Amino acid sequence: MFAFILRRVALIVPTFFGVTLLAFALIRLIPGDPVENLSGERGMDPERRLRLLHQFGLDKPLYVQYFEYIGNVLRGDLGTSLTTHEPVLTEFLTLFPATFELALFALVFAVCLGLPAGILAAIKRNTVADYAVMGVSLTGYSMPIFWWALLLILLFSVQLGWTPVSGRISVQYDVAATTGFMLIDTLRSGDPGAFRSALSHLILPTIALGTIPLAVIARMTRSSMLEVLREDYVRTARAKGLPRLQVVLIHALRNALIPVITVIGLQVGLLLSGAILTETIFSWPGIGNWLIHGVQSRDYPVVQGGILLIAAIVISVNLIVDLLYGVINPRIRHA
Amino acid sequence: MPEAASALVAAPSAPPGPWREFWQSLSRSRGAMIGLGLVAALILIAIFADFVAPHPPNEQYRESFLTPPAWDKDGSMRFILGTDPVGRDILSRLIFGTRLSLMIGLISVAISLGLGVVLGLLAGYFRGLTETVIMRLMDVMLALPSLLLAIAVVAILGPGLANAMYAIAIVLLPHYVRLTRAAVIGEAGKEYVASSRIAGAGTMRLMFNTILPNCTAPLIVQATLGFSTAILDAAALGFLGLGAQPPTPEWGSMLASALEFIQRAPWVVTFPGLAILITVLAFNLMGDGLRDALDPRLKR
Repeated sequence: MFAFILRRVALIVPTFFGVTLLAFALIRLIPGDPVENLSGERGMDPERRLRLLHQFGLDKPLYVQYFEYIGNVLRGDLGTSLTTHEPVLTEFLTLFPATFELALFALVFAVCLGLPAGILAAIKRNTVADYAVMGVSLTGYSMPIFWWALLLILLFSVQLGWTPVSGRISVQYDVAATTGFMLIDTLRSGDPGAFRSALSHLILPTIALGTIPLAVIARMTRSSMLEVLREDYVRTARAKGLPRLQVVLIHALRNALIPVITVIGLQVGLLLSGAILTETIFSWPGIGNWLIHGVQSRDYPVVQGGILLIAAIVISVNLIVDLLYGVINPRIRHA
Repeated sequence: MPEAASALVAAPSAPPGPWREFWQSLSRSRGAMIGLGLVAALILIAIFADFVAPHPPNEQYRESFLTPPAWDKDGSMRFILGTDPVGRDILSRLIFGTRLSLMIGLISVAISLGLGVVLGLLAGYFRGLTETVIMRLMDVMLALPSLLLAIAVVAILGPGLANAMYAIAIVLLPHYVRLTRAAVIGEAGKEYVASSRIAGAGTMRLMFNTILPNCTAPLIVQATLGFSTAILDAAALGFLGLGAQPPTPEWGSMLASALEFIQRAPWVVTFPGLAILITVLAFNLMGDGLRDALDPRLKR
């Protein structure tokens, strides 16, 4: 097991360095040099440009610049935002809990609905229930979530007035951000109104962001379940006279879950992609929103740092899923 | 005697050819046929947009801003799906948008499929260092969520429709490389490849003429599904203001430019989104059907 972990960890080191190379190249590939971009439309006299190039270390050979960049990254220095003049890492860490809270809710929503729906479709194969689940999940899978989010706002916020349109909490509540997780912070503030407000702000973004993962999980659960239900041991269990529900939920589900867990792990990338769109629409103050503002305002340190950090998260989660997979399924460990 | 018996069995129906077998298994799936029908309809709309669309896509009718759809009491048959905030006919813009979306899908899938097949062939055929370098690069690209990678590429190249297509081509690339490599590794050890090599076939011939045709099934499926990803991501980039720029009738940017009118005139937002959903759904249905028809493991 230890050797397996070591092997997997060793495998991600080159990937991570590849990502740093990509993030490093990003700024150098942009037309015009960073100093000229800094000065905007007005231009800059050549002498000042050289001085600034020297100040940022941009006159050194590329490989020296890269090693300096790596050194900075390893020390946690990802540069400062051009618009707010705050360190990029600080901004990321302040905003990340908001995205994490949203993504976690979306994933829980997707798993809680997707698993039962997929199991139902598998055991009721070729019935109306199966077609309904598959039809809905194929539609969900094809959904442009920015549009879906707008429809949800139109129906539930504008027409019915049940949920707020945007943000994380009503402006009337002033909750100290101790953890950055709004639900925890509002619970600790002891004001039930604030907690309810935070919860109601979460509902629509959760549905919008959770829809595609929900569809993926339902489809995967169904096909994996169908495969397992054909196995001999399931027939044996049925032949012994065990109740059908017990066979499905205890004998079959445990094996059917293995590929589903991998798919759930793979949703992290999808959730972070989706968070960019969801946060833009709901004005959710998370890293997706922050990154889009960075791209639009040509705040390159933000874009560079954001990409590096998000890639690091995705790589780590994939590693964890890989390791978990090894724990669940010993055949992987010894392959 | 055995010869006579086999002749008896074979006589009534010759084994179906590969195309016929494929069509039979595809037409058994209702979803695939719906998808195929929708895709065919969309292609026709795209080709004949100039004849189908009732109005030019960028013509502004100054007397009719935000006209509701025809079935609304204030609507008119002149603008069946209503008009947008500057008085353009939404139906016509959607029709021309079909042309754009299918073009985006076609071009980005073609670029990434072409490049992906070559890289995958190189990795699977030569193995060793070539393989390591190519596959590690693909791992790096896969470590970034797809929309984020597209945004990163657009950040470098600048916003615009053409750059959005390149960005999407790059996002789709790793899937084709991985598929091709896996298929090539599976095929390269087989006897027909060895016999072709002994017969004197050169490297290029072995790669492109001998091995590649036997790896096409998964690539066709992935390319079909790639269309839906490309159209969805292009619309998302357009929505974020990083893809097609106004006044291009691209569905995502149409949606974004009408956002402030969502309460007063929901139709300006509803129809472009519906167009995206239907198109993506059509390609996904077709891709699913193709996978079932082409995957020998699922044939029973």
